[in-house]
Amino acid sequence: MSYHLNHLKELEAESIFILREVAAQFENPVLMFSGGKDSILMTHLAMKAFYPAKIPFPLLHIDTGHNFDETISYRDYLVDKIGARLIIGSVQEAIDQGLVVEEKGYNASRNYLQTTALLEALEKGKYDAALGGARRDEEKARAKERFFSHRDEFGQWDPKNQRPELWNLFNGKKQFGEHFRVFPISNWTELDVWQYLAVEEVELPSLYFAHKRKVFVRDGIHLAESPFIMRRPEEELVEMMVRCRTIGDVTCTGVWPSEATTIEDIIVEVSTARKTERGGRADDKRSETAMEDRKKKGYF
Amino acid sequence: MDFESNELLRFSTAGSVDDGKSTLIGRLLYDSKSIFEDQYESVKTTSEKRGEEGVNLALLTDGLKAEREQGITIDVAYRYFSTPKRKFIIADTPGHIQYTRNMVTGASTANVALILIDARKGILEQTRRHAFISSLLQIPHLIICINKMDLVEYKEEVYNQIKEEFSAFSYKLDVKDVHFIPISALNGDNVVDPSEKMPWYQGGTLLYALENVHIGSDHNLIDCRFPVQYVIRPYTDEFHDYRGYAGRVAGGIYKKGDKVMLLPSGFTSKIAKIDTFDGEVEEAYSPMSVTLLLEDDYDLSRGDMIVRENNQPEVTQDIEVMVCWFSERPLQLRGKYSILHTTQDARCIIKDIRYKLDINTLHRNEEDKVIRMNDIARIQLRSTKPLFVDSYRRNRNTGSLIFVDEGTNETVGAGMII
Repeated sequence: MSYHLNHLKELEAESIFILREVAAQFENPVLMFSGGKDSILMTHLAMKAFYPAKIPFPLLHIDTGHNFDETISYRDYLVDKIGARLIIGSVQEAIDQGLVVEEKGYNASRNYLQTTALLEALEKGKYDAALGGARRDEEKARAKERFFSHRDEFGQWDPKNQRPELWNLFNGKKQFGEHFRVFPISNWTELDVWQYLAVEEVELPSLYFAHKRKVFVRDGIHLAESPFIMRRPEEELVEMMVRCRTIGDVTCTGVWPSEATTIEDIIVEVSTARKTERGGRADDKRSETAMEDRKKKGYF
Repeated sequence: MDFESNELLRFSTAGSVDDGKSTLIGRLLYDSKSIFEDQYESVKTTSEKRGEEGVNLALLTDGLKAEREQGITIDVAYRYFSTPKRKFIIADTPGHIQYTRNMVTGASTANVALILIDARKGILEQTRRHAFISSLLQIPHLIICINKMDLVEYKEEVYNQIKEEFSAFSYKLDVKDVHFIPISALNGDNVVDPSEKMPWYQGGTLLYALENVHIGSDHNLIDCRFPVQYVIRPYTDEFHDYRGYAGRVAGGIYKKGDKVMLLPSGFTSKIAKIDTFDGEVEEAYSPMSVTLLLEDDYDLSRGDMIVRENNQPEVTQDIEVMVCWFSERPLQLRGKYSILHTTQDARCIIKDIRYKLDINTLHRNEEDKVIRMNDIARIQLRSTKPLFVDSYRRNRNTGSLIFVDEGTNETVGAGMII
């Protein structure tokens, strides 16, 4: 008998450890759930971490109102299946209350408004730890992120002054009014996520698999037709086989031409992909440090 | 599926701008196809904008605005790549600013330390520092890459000389497994592909070493240590009396039916079941996260430890540690700090500062005992409650602790129990 775990089992053990650490160290955690594969993975890991008890914290969805329909139906199905509590932070409400002003024009997106809605929801629920499915391999600013990431009372991230993280010791101490963002799947890559979801036979939203959809091209990225995106006259719709590699707000989530209809196809596609998954995210493309700028302000 | 037998290997690197570290990491990533086209294009555009020659691969790891502006690495960056055999996590640490803090952080979870030496310059202060920290942090394997062999005409003498010089210095350190590899990161010699320029070198390439270093015995499989992390009590009809002790095995192998001892109470019981979401398992070992159920109804809580009667950790309040200090405020003799150790949270007072260690000469300084940021010192502390400790040499999980400032809540030091 060999006493050694394979890489997926070791990543799983690490993430479960972090999830349990959050439940033990914080009074009122919440799991940020976007409906994307990373938050689906997080929910799956949380079920494993606390089995046979239910997940001891609610899921929080920051709803931009500009979703793929499939995301919402999957979310409601999952929440019902595992008996979790769902809390929705609404960008539409933030707009209605005048907290934020909606962007206008062709590139209008509610992605930036999510930060305000998120901070508002965290404050309202008095959550002291928000679990997120961000991974270090996703984006260069996220490569510098800690597992336990301290936020001041304004929800801001100070990347130059982070707490060093050593061994398996996670310092979740904070002043009243501050909170933590915690990233249990920091060490997973896109490929690890897919391999694991395949091994675990986790149910996934249909958006991740190749399907026929009407799309148009903008700045080299395929975007799905949606009532929430204004198309320029020259941006013609074509129907093609596509799938999502990440799922976010419909206005900034690119879709990829793909024939991958099963999870095994996806693994092959991801392992030979020559572009990063966030390469299709218009929200990262606004400037070279778009992610860092948003994260400093409180984006997850 | 064939990826299911892949192992995970974590390695740390350290170095400054000019010893070719970024080039080496860039090459490992590039040759293993872990750099994506859009990342590469973005780095290329930025390099051109700055008027740099060629593509600056350091920009791949230096992600923060301040780092890109100043051309330095501020913080530990984590990078990932995989081959059909292993998945690798690189903790890439800067060699200059706050070097001890960052190197120690990167080294704390590493299986392998990769040390780069410029063949033209030989062993530098930084080389010694990195080797010493690797030994202090008990990284089981060292790989010494003698880089820029192309600039010394691929001469075997240069390689042998540096190897000897390093060995003369490292015999004083506590390192078990050292490999030397002559490489040229720039030209790719002995990185992924064997070099044709150095027929005198018969060892494997760097990637071969990384793929084949034996890490199976890096975890302690002898001393059973299970710190209780969280108690699972479902309170449902189906699991009415369920009381599971969730945690990560910190050492040893636990089997169903094993007789165990509970700390701090000293009571004994047996393991009734090792539970997971995927069903019961027969054995649990480090680093598995599982849930233990006991035959007897004792009320354990977070911070308690499940061990074996004939193999117990030391239960003590008086602890000797080597500390690496991270804070701008010096370590205070008689000062009080919070400490985190396994799943325990306690307070401590610094009773004595024995000596400060010069990490370049290994000299023990008993005169100057002001412990500032990046200093390493041996100290004695007393904790408010007994901790269940092993020496760090024996077990990295139960031999490590961190110091937290009670005012700012910042992590101000890392300790290795002697």
